[in-house]
Amino acid sequence: MGPKAIDRILKKYDYEHSSIIGVLQDLQDEENYLPEKDLEHISERLSMPLARIYRIATFYNTFSLTPRGKQLINVCLGTACHVRGAARVLDRLKMYLGIDVGEMTKDRLFSLQTVNCVGACALGPIVVIGNEYHGQITPGKVESTIKKYRKKPRKSATKSPRHKKLKIEN
Amino acid sequence: MITFTIDGFEVEGEKGQNVLQVALDNGFDIPHLCYHEALKPYGACRLCQVEVTKGGRTRLTTSCNYPVLEGISVQTNTEKTTRARKMVIELLLARCPGVPIIKDLAKEYSVGEPRFKVDNDDCILCGLCERVCREVVGVDAITFLGRGSDRKVGPPLEINPKTCIACGACVYICPTNCIKLEETESERTIVRWERTLPMKKCKACGRSFAPWFQLEYFGKITDGIPADFWDKCVDCR
Amino acid sequence: MKRINNPQELEKVREEILGSRDPDKPCITICSGTGCHAFGCEKVTESFRAELRKQALEERIYIRTTGCHGFCEKGPLVVINPQKIFYQRVTPEDTGEIIAETLLKNNIIERLLYTHPQTGEKIVKEENVPFYKGQMRIIFGNNGKIDPTKIEDYIAIGGYKALSKVLRELSPPEIIDIIKNSGLRGRGGGGFPAGVKWESCRNAPGDKHYVICNADEGDPGAYMDRSLLEGNPHSVLEGMMIGAYAIGSDEGYIYVRNEYPLAVRNVGIAIDQLRECGLLGENILDTGFNFDIKVNRGGGAFVCGESTALMASLEGQAGEPRAKHIHTVESGLWEEPTNLNNVETWANVPLIINEGVDWYTDIGTENSKGTKIFSLVGKVNNTGLVEVPMGITIREIVYDIGGGIPGDGKFKAIQTGGPSGGCIPESLIDIQVDFDKLTEVGSMMGSGGMIVMDDKTCMVDTAKYFLNFLKDESCGKCTTCRDGTRRMYELVDAITRGEGKEGDIELLEELSWVVSEASLCALGQTAPNPVLSTIRYFTDEYEAHIKDKRCPAGVCKDLITYSIDEEKCTACGKCKKVCPSDAITGEKKVPHIIDTEKCIRCGACITECKFDAIEVA
Ligand SMILES: Cc1cc2nc3c(=O)[nH]c(=O)nc-3n(C[C@H](O)[C@H](O)[C@H](O)COP(=O)(O)O)c2cc1C
Ligand code: SF4
Ligand code: SF4
Ligand code: FES
Ligand code: FES
Repeated sequence: MGPKAIDRILKKYDYEHSSIIGVLQDLQDEENYLPEKDLEHISERLSMPLARIYRIATFYNTFSLTPRGKQLINVCLGTACHVRGAARVLDRLKMYLGIDVGEMTKDRLFSLQTVNCVGACALGPIVVIGNEYHGQITPGKVESTIKKYRKKPRKSATKSPRHKKLKIEN
Repeated sequence: MITFTIDGFEVEGEKGQNVLQVALDNGFDIPHLCYHEALKPYGACRLCQVEVTKGGRTRLTTSCNYPVLEGISVQTNTEKTTRARKMVIELLLARCPGVPIIKDLAKEYSVGEPRFKVDNDDCILCGLCERVCREVVGVDAITFLGRGSDRKVGPPLEINPKTCIACGACVYICPTNCIKLEETESERTIVRWERTLPMKKCKACGRSFAPWFQLEYFGKITDGIPADFWDKCVDCR
Repeated sequence: MKRINNPQELEKVREEILGSRDPDKPCITICSGTGCHAFGCEKVTESFRAELRKQALEERIYIRTTGCHGFCEKGPLVVINPQKIFYQRVTPEDTGEIIAETLLKNNIIERLLYTHPQTGEKIVKEENVPFYKGQMRIIFGNNGKIDPTKIEDYIAIGGYKALSKVLRELSPPEIIDIIKNSGLRGRGGGGFPAGVKWESCRNAPGDKHYVICNADEGDPGAYMDRSLLEGNPHSVLEGMMIGAYAIGSDEGYIYVRNEYPLAVRNVGIAIDQLRECGLLGENILDTGFNFDIKVNRGGGAFVCGESTALMASLEGQAGEPRAKHIHTVESGLWEEPTNLNNVETWANVPLIINEGVDWYTDIGTENSKGTKIFSLVGKVNNTGLVEVPMGITIREIVYDIGGGIPGDGKFKAIQTGGPSGGCIPESLIDIQVDFDKLTEVGSMMGSGGMIVMDDKTCMVDTAKYFLNFLKDESCGKCTTCRDGTRRMYELVDAITRGEGKEGDIELLEELSWVVSEASLCALGQTAPNPVLSTIRYFTDEYEAHIKDKRCPAGVCKDLITYSIDEEKCTACGKCKKVCPSDAITGEKKVPHIIDTEKCIRCGACITECKFDAIEVA
């Protein structure tokens, strides 16, 4: 992100040190991850030690320091989804995509992540792709669900979902 | 003055002090790994357990971050403190089986081979290096990274922290001695952080005495000291 | 919304809103909570709107999109008012018919009604559906009556009456007395008496006092806070305002999970509306009370639900707890006196003020008053959010409201309290659910997660699941919590892989004691609960894994084999198609066979087989 754009974010938060988490969230909403040079820029502009920024960036689950695929696949591993077999869904996704959690496919299309509950527990197991929820997913439904995203344009995954679109796989 | 008892003996402390400090000052032996009197108590190693009775209730707690309070009674050596300390030592030994200070503690507390899978780490995550760098040196070169069982300590980008002045405070304070400093005529390296800085030679005696970058930093943070003060080594100033 | 300057104007606005609304005019209420979204309620709403436009009925029929009604499982849910006709699984194709038949001719559409699973009876009204019938929805029920993005809707059902009343008629100590006498206990986990906390905070010296709403909802498997904040944000905000006034605070924060975008949005809209009409800001309702609220998004860290970690996070730091020898009510956010309460706790406050202490204390048990919202999920027929009076039994929740266990499964345990809680076995199914009872049996109320487990749930695997969660979610500071939970995980993991040894259970218990006694915050202190409670009630299952290398529930991969029952197999070939490792062979019309060598025990075939022919042993 350009220095101007970063300054815009910093200004939104009044250059407050206490708002650093919000700043990083906004940065990641734009960039899909936290680029090193942007973090250095923020550190300079706020006169905040880079170490402190990295402490936060590596503490919170939300943040990624490496680029992520165009589509983020989030498998819910919350308790409700777990007892309904989320681990099997995850195994199947790993196998199908050929990547582990936290990795990106070679074609840069997908990144695989896990999340602890997205608050749709009644419909578990849940897989969130980009900003669409897929409920009651089984290992058998994994392939057909992912395939639909092979053609989708980039933008749905990168922008922060203001208002999530949701749907169910049957 | 705040009066309370440790193992039945009356002791005195001041507001703002912690129980461990007062105990150590009075010659009581409480094992501790993450506490240093020059730094804010952190309470990470969980070794300095004592039992504190306050208002009729007794509980196990760490003494390094327990404030001294009027009338409390502290027990430093009970069945519970020993039970807790032994397990803490066993956990640390499983993490860092080769570290002398841990091995000594294990011997002192009769902790045998750990019953867990043994790792080969050398850092106990006490955070002393990180705190001394931030609280005393003031350059925030290193920090904790990650969380949970993946937590580690190091520079933001894993190596070569740009603000590190290679002062060696972390080297000095690390209880496990896992941060090494190497020095040649021309360079000083903090090995663990992969930070190497060129050395400055003393204008008077010609001996290399400190990294250039460190002296510049001292120059910046001090007022009213002539710039050429930093050109000579401590002996020649 | 125009500015509301004083209590009289608030009442006038309320009258105006009510006057402009005809209570007998039909209203289509469409649930737009997260669950129903997942079932496509947006399209249903669009379709209703289009139909009404087409038939030029927009003037005659209201449409209201509301927050979660709780019965997410059957979404999209539509309720036709004033008759309260309850339609479930509504699709865009049904909307025309609903308008033509139900709204215009008052005919019921049988097909969309809920069918009682046991009796087969069709149920017309929402309140008669068994899922709702056993509930007492005094907090959560309003979700179905209002559009959360419209402050007018909240005012219409009596919103901000309680605030207006306390500002006009009650002194802060009087309010605190009411909350104390109501017996309201914190709904976020510990069950600490709210009024006592408010009082300590009010009395703590300091120039500035803060109030915070904990909407971090870290318990994976619970989502009542999400649904309240999403579906009725004003009730939470009104509670906070009353609390702030009682405590003497002029600044509040809401710390909400980033994974809840709709909640963030709706509470943001609500705050904007309040500022616009002057109910937040300076001199609220002309009473000299000043108060404003900020919303902060969390970063996905369970430990940030812990009070001191949450405050560290609000200050822009990593969410690491600190020792609480000095309480947060004395020194919390920015080292000022701070009062933290959970979303649901705050939402109880206006109700108590409006309805009075006597009414409130009639509900619940001796030491746990009022209701509690639970997230009833897992292996149960009716999943969703249920609000029940304290003191209800687990049996009533699982069987009467939840409709029992699906298929031919058998109830085995219920997990409450999330990662800090425990598993309660069938033998205790008749205990009365309240704060103290749950703790007594080795679990916890927690934030209200209730995960039903059946005979196909492995209790050792469940313990492993929570340990895995906790070792990742621990902040990593304490040796006991960081390394202790990791070692416990390693031990339990080995047991599930058939590598358990004699003495492992004792070692787990020994470690548990130290982790809970010697860790700094409640995360570590309660971390052993899932292990201890499963050891306590399901020792047999641990022993089967350790001694016989067997997983009775058929879950632990390394201890099971898959095979196909020849009798049941119809050779449909579905399993063959989904098997990722080509372990299933079989020609058409011949029962299929699983090659155990190749089988990776992923379970894909089980979920695919319509004939229940895959066996796990
Ligand atoms: C690890 C941990 C996680 C917690 N998570 C939450 C949470 O997600 N929501 C919540 O309201 N309270 C949570 N709590 C409890 C809070 O620390 C605090 O007690 C509560 O918010 C106080 O509000 P109450 O008195 O209204 O319940 C958690 C506590 C711990 C130790
Ligand atoms: S490197 Fe040494 S001082 Fe730093 S945290 Fe590790 S053990 Fe402590
Ligand atoms: S108990 Fe666990 S979560 Fe709490 S401070 Fe210690 S390490 Fe962090
Ligand atoms: S457990 Fe998966 S959505 Fe809650
Ligand atoms: S010295 Fe007290 S916890 Fe480490």
